[in-house]
Amino acid sequence: MNFLAFGVAGWICLVGFYGAIVSENLIHLALCLTVIQSSTYVLLLSIGYRTGGGAPIFKGVKLGTTSVDPVVQALALTDVVISVTVIALILALALDAHNDAGTVDPDELAEFHG
Amino acid sequence: MSWLLPLPVAIPLLAAAVVVATDHVAPRRLEDAVALVAAAAATAVSILIMLDTQRGAVLHWFGGWHPRGNLALGIGFVADPLGAGMAVLSTGLVTLALAYSWTYMREASRLFDTLMLVFCAATAGFSLTGDLFNMFVWFELMGVAAYALAGFKVEELGPVQGAVNFAITNTAGAYLILMGIGLLYARTGALNFAQLGQFLAARPVDRLVIVALTLVFVGFLVKAAIVPFHWWLADAHAVAPAPVCVLFSGAMVELGLFAVARIYWTVFSGTLHAHDGDVRSLLVWIGVVTALVGALMCFLQRHLKRLLAYSTIAHAGVMLVGIGLLGAKGLAGTANLVLSHGLVKGGLFLVAGLVLLRLKAIDELRLHGAGRGLPWEGALWLAGAVGLTGFPYVGVFLGHSLVDDEAGGRSFDWVPPLLMLAEAVAAGAVLRAGARVFLGWGPKRDELLTPEPEESPPEQRASVPLLIAVAAVTVGLGLLMSVVPGLEARTEHGAERFVDRPAYAARVLHDVVPPAPPRPPFTLRRATLQSWLYGIGATLIAFATAAVGLWYRRLPELFLGLVARGLGPPVRALRAAHSGIVGDYLLWLTIGTAVVGGVWAISLR
Amino acid sequence: MTRRRIRGAVAVPALGVVGAVVFWGLSGLPSFGDYHGQYGRLINDVALPERHTTNAVTATVFDYRGLDTLGEEFILFAAVTGVVLLLRKSGRRGVDAAPKDRVTSDALRLFGMLALAGGVLVGLWLAAYGYVTPGGGFQGGVAIASAFALLYLAAGYRAFARRTSEEALDPLEATGAGGFAVVGLAALISGLPFLANLLGPGQPSTLFSGGSIAFVNWAAAIEVAAANTILFKAFLEQYIVPLAAARSRR
Repeated sequence: MNFLAFGVAGWICLVGFYGAIVSENLIHLALCLTVIQSSTYVLLLSIGYRTGGGAPIFKGVKLGTTSVDPVVQALALTDVVISVTVIALILALALDAHNDAGTVDPDELAEFHG
Repeated sequence: MSWLLPLPVAIPLLAAAVVVATDHVAPRRLEDAVALVAAAAATAVSILIMLDTQRGAVLHWFGGWHPRGNLALGIGFVADPLGAGMAVLSTGLVTLALAYSWTYMREASRLFDTLMLVFCAATAGFSLTGDLFNMFVWFELMGVAAYALAGFKVEELGPVQGAVNFAITNTAGAYLILMGIGLLYARTGALNFAQLGQFLAARPVDRLVIVALTLVFVGFLVKAAIVPFHWWLADAHAVAPAPVCVLFSGAMVELGLFAVARIYWTVFSGTLHAHDGDVRSLLVWIGVVTALVGALMCFLQRHLKRLLAYSTIAHAGVMLVGIGLLGAKGLAGTANLVLSHGLVKGGLFLVAGLVLLRLKAIDELRLHGAGRGLPWEGALWLAGAVGLTGFPYVGVFLGHSLVDDEAGGRSFDWVPPLLMLAEAVAAGAVLRAGARVFLGWGPKRDELLTPEPEESPPEQRASVPLLIAVAAVTVGLGLLMSVVPGLEARTEHGAERFVDRPAYAARVLHDVVPPAPPRPPFTLRRATLQSWLYGIGATLIAFATAAVGLWYRRLPELFLGLVARGLGPPVRALRAAHSGIVGDYLLWLTIGTAVVGGVWAISLR
Repeated sequence: MTRRRIRGAVAVPALGVVGAVVFWGLSGLPSFGDYHGQYGRLINDVALPERHTTNAVTATVFDYRGLDTLGEEFILFAAVTGVVLLLRKSGRRGVDAAPKDRVTSDALRLFGMLALAGGVLVGLWLAAYGYVTPGGGFQGGVAIASAFALLYLAAGYRAFARRTSEEALDPLEATGAGGFAVVGLAALISGLPFLANLLGPGQPSTLFSGGSIAFVNWAAAIEVAAANTILFKAFLEQYIVPLAAARSRR
């Protein structure tokens, strides 16, 4: 019973959340979100792994040989694009925060509260 | 008419691509027109789909990949009445917002139109899809467009804060959903709702299913702005342009709740059937707390858009109760609430946009009496506020009474009075603001309300009659939602089909078409005495709340002192918790996940 | 105790509880390597016979789950639009405000251009053979965009900015994204379901396989390459132009 890969995914997620909660810098925060997102990749790809399986590419490989799951790879690909886009938006906002207020510390951006 | 199903998604997306491709050659007005026509076309097609679903669910398998045996090979859209209705509402709101923006948003209009069209397509896809990962993709598409639209006025710090808080909390929620999807896929090898439900229903609940349930629900509840995941909503609404707020409050939050309902009924209801009491009580509790917190915070606001945002949170709590009661009638009530609230709240935001344009401010106290010369805006604001109170046969009345009926039927008798109180206080705050701005009643200073930064008014000259017309249409449609003949019967019928998991799975995977049901009559609801009492009671409490809000200084000193001593510390703590700092919000997300996960881990095992 | 430190202190037990619940749930997963899902196995078995596509992942991305990819393309599209929207006020002043930076090292110029050419070729190859061997439209598009960014290093900012102007890249990006939707609609108009295959499946293991997968593959490659280049340029502009302004003030 091997759960190391899944444990790693869970640990990375927790670490990413902790970093995001105590972050002092919006760019660091964006990277913490990247860390959380990496945990989802590890989880998805570990789920699809089949022991002894090869890549799901059948050029020159006989059909029916054990291969890993292609669906989670497709999901991970979509996940990568989604994350890139959100991180790009947050970084753009960090630039705007710097231009508007001279700071990228999320604790100092609280214009609206209460 | 299955070929209609891809169109509400494909048309706006194609239009967005065309707008960007022709930007440097086409005049601005032409692009605005293309956007408006595309959104209107998506709405029209969604209406046709909704009419078609009355006789039975409509399916469309993309790429032509039909299910094989019990296995769904491709992605399918499965349109049923409630899903199609959600698509109609969200695409319709985008159309109204684009009509309003025709004259309200002049700057960066190409980028604005593109993002609105993408949002429109995403909401349609979200409502119609029958596949879990596909729903996640539309969820992210909707989110990306929304984050950018929230930060539209990028030269001020407020919008940056609002967009940052919004983007970060919702993205964290999205990652939780993705982990939940991974867990479900690992267990079942499926991503299609029907297939997931069939697989899980055949086996008892175990730890993986409980944790997947927690992760997926928490992620969508972040979008639905449910306590303790709701902090981002007020920050985002206070700074987004008015037509964008219409979409946030009218469609986006409601879609988070729609996802919770859809995923519960198609995926988890079979396997959790024996434990549904535990799921029900947690969801109802969270819903009631959300409604009360939203109402209280709403009362403490002076920034008109932030006030409306907290009112949305209060109503989202009521909607969650309707879903969380896990019954067809409650679900129908939520559907009606979504419809009426979405339109009325949307209209109120459009009026707020007009106020900002004409009076150059958005703060209730600063605007004291300034709205006396704006009769149309005042009338619409008052009408919208009454629509939110739940007065019999106006606005949110129908949805509310159905939720109350379900609560009574499931022995949750303590719920309807609290929901009435929450909605009444929230509506009372809207009335108070309207009275102060448009009638000049009440004092000019009020230390109870939180001051917020002002919003810079739009610079351009806009066609006020067009803006008033769009706002009037939106508020008017919302108010009429309780008197549409046959709507109650149709939403109840749609809800009954929504909660019937075996029939859904049979239709999707095996093409088992149930016999077409008889057409329900076009009658109005025969309101029970209880509904009348709750409706009138809520209206009275709302007016009383508004009066107290305006003239509380005239109350006896002793009474005020007692109230201040009793309510002061909790209110101060609640206010301090809404700090505007994203780290705090993420901490609450973590605590909320811990509580939900812990409670369900113990009770559902 | 600053607010941040209190947050950190409270976060640790909260994350501990969440971690405990999540690990408890993860322990219910099938053991690593023990995957038995039918969906993946079915696609592995039918992708080659039915669609003549040897790369099952690309077949999943562009055919079996093509609608997800359409949404994903437009996520990238919307995010690029959003970034341009959010950065529009930050003092962009066009190519003329850029510093007159000349690349003085001949070695850098030579090797940079060689690397650029090589990178673009590799990217095109990855995209072109995406449904035959490992690769695909997305991977190829990102490789092309990354290689093209070398132009900034090899030839200076002005040369880069001139070749990545909005007028050139926006229509390209929109064609890629819209092209995907058009392929789907073309199928719909022909009476087939959206994104169904309009062409024959073709000869497996060659470029002419997979039917419409080839078209959407290229649409994705074009869109991703254009979008990533726009993103890179938008952020680079934010750095270069203020830098030049600061330097000229000194």
